[in-house]
Amino acid sequence: VADSKIIIGVLVNNKPGVLMHITELFTKRCFNIDSLVVGMTEKPAISRMTITSIGDVQIENQIVKQLSKLHDVLHVAVIPENKATVREHMLIKMEVTAETSSAVTEMINAFAAKVIDFTASTVTAEVTGEVENNDRFVEASKEYGIIEICRAGAQALHRGNTSL
Amino acid sequence: VMNEVATHAPEANPASAKAEQNCPTTDSVSDAAQKETMTGAQIIVRSLIAQKVDVVFGYPGGQVLDLYDELYLHSKHIQHVITAHEQGAVHAADGFARATGKTGVVIATSGPGATNLVTGIATAQLDSIPLVAITGNVATTLLGKDSFQETDIFGITIPVTKHNYIVKNVEDLPGVLAEAFEVAQSGRPGPVLVDVPRDVQKALFSCNLDWQGENDQKVENALQVKGSISFSSGEISSFKKAAELIASSKRPLIYCGGGTLAAAAQQHVIDFADHIDAAIGCTIMGLTAIPASHPRNLGMTGMHGRELAIRAVDSADLIIAIGARFSDRATGNKEHFTQGKSFIHIDIDPAEIDKNILVDVALVGDMNATLNYLLAQLPGKQNAAWQKEIAEMRNSFCGAGTSRHASFSAKNIIKAVQERTDAETIIATDVGQHQMWVAQNYQFEKPRTFLTSGGLGTMGFGMGAAMGGCIGKSLATNSAPKKTVLFTGDGSFGMNLNEMATAVSQNLPLVIIVMNNGVLGMVRQWQSLFYDERYSQTTLSRATDFPALAQAFGANGCKAHTLSELNVALDEAFSAQGPYLIDCVINEDDRVLPMIPPGGTINDMLVDEEEKGENCG
Repeated sequence: VADSKIIIGVLVNNKPGVLMHITELFTKRCFNIDSLVVGMTEKPAISRMTITSIGDVQIENQIVKQLSKLHDVLHVAVIPENKATVREHMLIKMEVTAETSSAVTEMINAFAAKVIDFTASTVTAEVTGEVENNDRFVEASKEYGIIEICRAGAQALHRGNTSL
Repeated sequence: VMNEVATHAPEANPASAKAEQNCPTTDSVSDAAQKETMTGAQIIVRSLIAQKVDVVFGYPGGQVLDLYDELYLHSKHIQHVITAHEQGAVHAADGFARATGKTGVVIATSGPGATNLVTGIATAQLDSIPLVAITGNVATTLLGKDSFQETDIFGITIPVTKHNYIVKNVEDLPGVLAEAFEVAQSGRPGPVLVDVPRDVQKALFSCNLDWQGENDQKVENALQVKGSISFSSGEISSFKKAAELIASSKRPLIYCGGGTLAAAAQQHVIDFADHIDAAIGCTIMGLTAIPASHPRNLGMTGMHGRELAIRAVDSADLIIAIGARFSDRATGNKEHFTQGKSFIHIDIDPAEIDKNILVDVALVGDMNATLNYLLAQLPGKQNAAWQKEIAEMRNSFCGAGTSRHASFSAKNIIKAVQERTDAETIIATDVGQHQMWVAQNYQFEKPRTFLTSGGLGTMGFGMGAAMGGCIGKSLATNSAPKKTVLFTGDGSFGMNLNEMATAVSQNLPLVIIVMNNGVLGMVRQWQSLFYDERYSQTTLSRATDFPALAQAFGANGCKAHTLSELNVALDEAFSAQGPYLIDCVINEDDRVLPMIPPGGTINDMLVDEEEKGENCG
């Protein structure tokens, strides 16, 4: 069975130590974590995580079942990629010179990204899009020189009126 | 592979169950009860009393002084057993739980006290034993400063607990403690750790904690065996599929694990086996679920199983796993193990399904309810050809042997001990050859009489476990401590023999059989079979005089080189008051046979050629 991308939504109690229980589970069971994003929901007692991983169906099932056993995990569901809206937020700081400045601005506009800081020698862009979109932005930026990158990881919701 | 999963765990409504977890003990409190201002330490001790804990094992220290002060004041409610080392205490709490089915409790101080528990907690985790460990820690104001005897035991024990807590506010303490017991003993049992900083033990909180017996009924209900339950349509279709597999099977075999004991489902398993005319093989953890003398019981399966059981598993066309998890030691080579068979997996833990092998049908939930319902779906059947095949195998294969055939062998030592025990006697082991010899040769007739570290394989487990089992059995039967046997090896015993001190101080009637071969026998066996007899660090070259050591601890002991010496020693040991050690000198090249080499198949099985036919007991 081929490995594929796994996107999982998890609702957890918003308590100290919960993140540790979850990351330790991934370490202990040898599951991969590509990205993990966590934030509070509209209910302050509950946080939502989006975890992306890679593996076959058996691994996907094990991730869901093992997560479900954790005491502070309230709900776990796979969000199939073709039924998900997935976005990642990224900040990227690039080198610019007088010669490259307009090309960089053009690139940022082409990706529908935003300039959030600039100096004579740097431009910082805020990019939000599918993970692959952000990958492409990073590739394109290499031509001008990347100073630093801060990627937030994938966040996912089901499409339509399905929810966790 | 068809894969149908039914889930109906009694606690399978996690969202609703978990939603209430922050409401401390409200449902166990009568309306009339008055709020009382208590310290954290008082809350802990009274919570233990409320949970019907009658004994705790532990070791005091700087960060549990307040807790120990409360234990002192409540000593008529709770007996505290101080061990020689925290590891002995946690194994004792574990042995108590294994012998009684109740949750074991261990207490330790911060830092080294807490870290000394880790091996014992991991031991309980791998064998799904209900355990609550309570540790002290430095005050919350000192946490994170590398304070004296500070350690992050919460972080350390995440991988080896079912769940764990650090309680930083005293108002959370009653709820966390009630929840800790609930988590430890519900569903698939396991260890829970609660870390309580010293200032939380001192802090005051006003609550109406019921600790003097009002919730008896609730505790009783929680322990009650659940008999019936309703099923969803998805579950019913899984039951249908399982019923079809069983109906079409000609050679069904039940592979019975420790989950059977956790669910107290022994009788249901036997009834079910009778109904479908199945053979039964047991994992090491399931060994006492089915009486050794039961005609359907073929004995232990797996790496060092009985040849009869191993061959029957191999010929079966349907394996019905009940409360077992297909560990590598039980299956050997998984491709060979699964070839030409169907699998039905019955377990309370959904994550066990398809974890180690992919199964055709899974029935997840309460074992008694599942077996009841499944049995009702099936007409009874007979598998005459299968039973005939098994009867023939029974005559051909016995299996358990030691390769050399001196009369003073493990097999004969175990037999001599068994002549003096009864079906209720608790038998504990350490880990290694002696453990496998006991698992193969001792005839267990009653549930929970075999205390052994099956999953983690913890050398040093035995002394603590034997003490905890002995005390637990005595409290459960409201009688004086009865003879309890520890089979150990000179290697394992060396790890925690300090607990002899505890056995003496508690005047526990332990009979300690040290199978002394002067080597780390199991590792040596592997070195002789797979490493060209390069005995790297397994020849101990020690000069420990075990009987003298026993005497130095205040116990009795003697040496036995022959069966007749052993018989004399055993007569004395079984009439002695306190602990009695018998140092049995056996040959260093005795092996545990049969053996399926790791990752191997039945075709690789090493057997003791002489242990066949008329030699089969």
